Amino acid sequence: MTTIFGVPTQALFGQLLLGLINGSFYAILSLGLAIIFGLLNIINFAHGALYMMGAFVAWMLLTYVGLGYWWALGLAPLVVGAFGIVLEQVLIARLYKLDHLYGLLLTFGLALIIQGLFRNQYGVSGLPYAIPAELSGGQRLPFMFLPNYRAWVVVASLTVCIATWLVIEKTKLGAYLRAATENPTLVQAFGVNVPLFLTLTYGFGVALAGFAGVLAAPIYSVNPNMGADIIIVVFAVVVIGGMGSIIGSVITGFALGLVEGLTKVFYPEASATVIFVIMVLVLLVKPAGLFGRTA
Amino acid sequence: MFGRIARPATLAALAGALMMGTAAAQTNVKIGILGDRSGAYSDISGEGSVVAAKLAVEDFKPEQHGLKVEIVSADHQNKPDVGAAIARQWYDRDAVDMITDGVTSSVALAISQVTKEKNKVFIDTGAGTADLTGPQCTPNTIHWVYDTVALANGTGGAMVKRGGTTWFFLTADYVFGQTLQRDTSAVITKNGGKVVGSVKTPFPTSDFSSFLLQAQGSGAKVIGLANAGTDTINSIKQAGEFGITEGGQALAGLLVFSSDVHSLGTKVAQGLVLTEPFYWDLNDQTRAFSDRFAKQMKGGSKPTANHAGVYSDVLHYLKAVAELKSTADGAATVAKMKSMPTDDPLFGKGTIRADGRKIHDMYLFEVKKPAESKGEWDLYKKLETIPGDQVFRPLNEGNCPLVKG
Repeated sequence: MTTIFGVPTQALFGQLLLGLINGSFYAILSLGLAIIFGLLNIINFAHGALYMMGAFVAWMLLTYVGLGYWWALGLAPLVVGAFGIVLEQVLIARLYKLDHLYGLLLTFGLALIIQGLFRNQYGVSGLPYAIPAELSGGQRLPFMFLPNYRAWVVVASLTVCIATWLVIEKTKLGAYLRAATENPTLVQAFGVNVPLFLTLTYGFGVALAGFAGVLAAPIYSVNPNMGADIIIVVFAVVVIGGMGSIIGSVITGFALGLVEGLTKVFYPEASATVIFVIMVLVLLVKPAGLFGRTA
Repeated sequence: MFGRIARPATLAALAGALMMGTAAAQTNVKIGILGDRSGAYSDISGEGSVVAAKLAVEDFKPEQHGLKVEIVSADHQNKPDVGAAIARQWYDRDAVDMITDGVTSSVALAISQVTKEKNKVFIDTGAGTADLTGPQCTPNTIHWVYDTVALANGTGGAMVKRGGTTWFFLTADYVFGQTLQRDTSAVITKNGGKVVGSVKTPFPTSDFSSFLLQAQGSGAKVIGLANAGTDTINSIKQAGEFGITEGGQALAGLLVFSSDVHSLGTKVAQGLVLTEPFYWDLNDQTRAFSDRFAKQMKGGSKPTANHAGVYSDVLHYLKAVAELKSTADGAATVAKMKSMPTDDPLFGKGTIRADGRKIHDMYLFEVKKPAESKGEWDLYKKLETIPGDQVFRPLNEGNCPLVKG
């Protein structure tokens, strides 16, 4: 059997594929963060908690209403997005003119409150959520067993990421959005309702987190801490990609998933820290991140 | 006029004297439940431990034994420094006589040291490290429910005997995981099995797919999960997804609580073999206790082995205090507890060894298939009972300084 650095190539391919799958979670979460930061200048620390909410809403829809995975995939992001809009209206909108730090503190506090409430109600062991019947089972590839559900996660998140990027970069709506963040006064003077734009943007970014939460529910334990566990990594991804760069967040999301997957093969103990090591190196060389624009 | 005042005054004085009289004959006992109330282990510890302790006090009927029992509780947040600070404050300022629960090995070791220094009593239920009754044993500490050696002997030994001769470990990369792998490997080799590989997973990890793939590639018959809590839940959930058990490999959960299995659901966890000293559905007595327990818990959850341990140890502690009629000398109380055989509705008959190890039977369970499970909490079927003297580490092998004499 051929090997690369002592690791069989087959195993290596398997790990690369798994890295890509994990990367899709990073990509979709960091995309939401990048949109919110890029357009609203808010460092949304509540993103992890909202991702967790997405998973919980999926569970609630199934348990209390009887609606399965596919319904949840559509409805949960709407519910979480609506919750985000309420948050933005009541609290976050008051902070746009202040320093970044206030937004960070507020959303960090919100994350702690949301997680605390869920923990109090549902405990920490987590709740069962099964893989939908249509996607259970898997394909026996020459180098690994690929669960159908994981393949679906990659397809779903790639689709959402590309669609979001197209809307922001290639449509008139996206152009308005970008203009509104550059010069809100001028754009408002053209008759565009800038505050409404910002509210909807926050709602959309948050809905992306909710969507990732639903995708995660069948493979990770649905528990109140699931967001807290992933959010730090996602922040590192956003920083490496360049704060606010949409394409950067998606590409680095997938790329860092791959790097993490490779680390798990060669030196598993370091797989939790490798992303932060890369973050340090990137910031030393390019302080604005790989795709960031220097002001 | 004078009489009108005098009479109530005399009555009050009389009543006061009576009350003082009872106070003198009554021993005040304060029990501290020091566990995890907000973090990763709050479902196996937390409020459930307080409820279990209260039920024990209720059943003991302290007033009939001349005792007055008070229960306090606190959150050690799984941090050894926080745990030690609370223990110190409880002993010094709040007149706490005994601390129980203790979940999380590092915290339990810290509480044990403070307890020895203050000559009080610490009864650990939830923490796993067998060092508590090994090199770090003290005359003031008892280890009640399970430990890493017992888990290794239970699940490890049973799996090898059932044909699981080759093992691959997924090991949480910290003291608990490493100790558990070490102890289990010893049992496997002793029984003629072989460890073919292991991977150290960062703690905590949410995605185990890469590690599971390595385990799958190793061709080992058994994949040993030397981890706990959400790590265990995630690894079992993802093992199902990657068709590990369908492919003929078995999963061995080395530390699994019924709350973890409840969280996974039988569909995902079916077939998992595990060792526990307590399960709510063992017999009429455990069922009766669990019903009372569930009524006081949010969501009606059933007690875990840890909760049962708190009930059992509080009961035995109160028996010892009732005999001694004093809580002043912690080491003497522990010595008294060791001299009395234990007996309670949840763990049955048992003993406490010189090194502080509580000995009772453990059970090998298998998680039911969804078709066999009749309800949300109907999770296990019993495979075998492992006698206490076989499942725990022999007294002379632990290197406990108390045993040498």
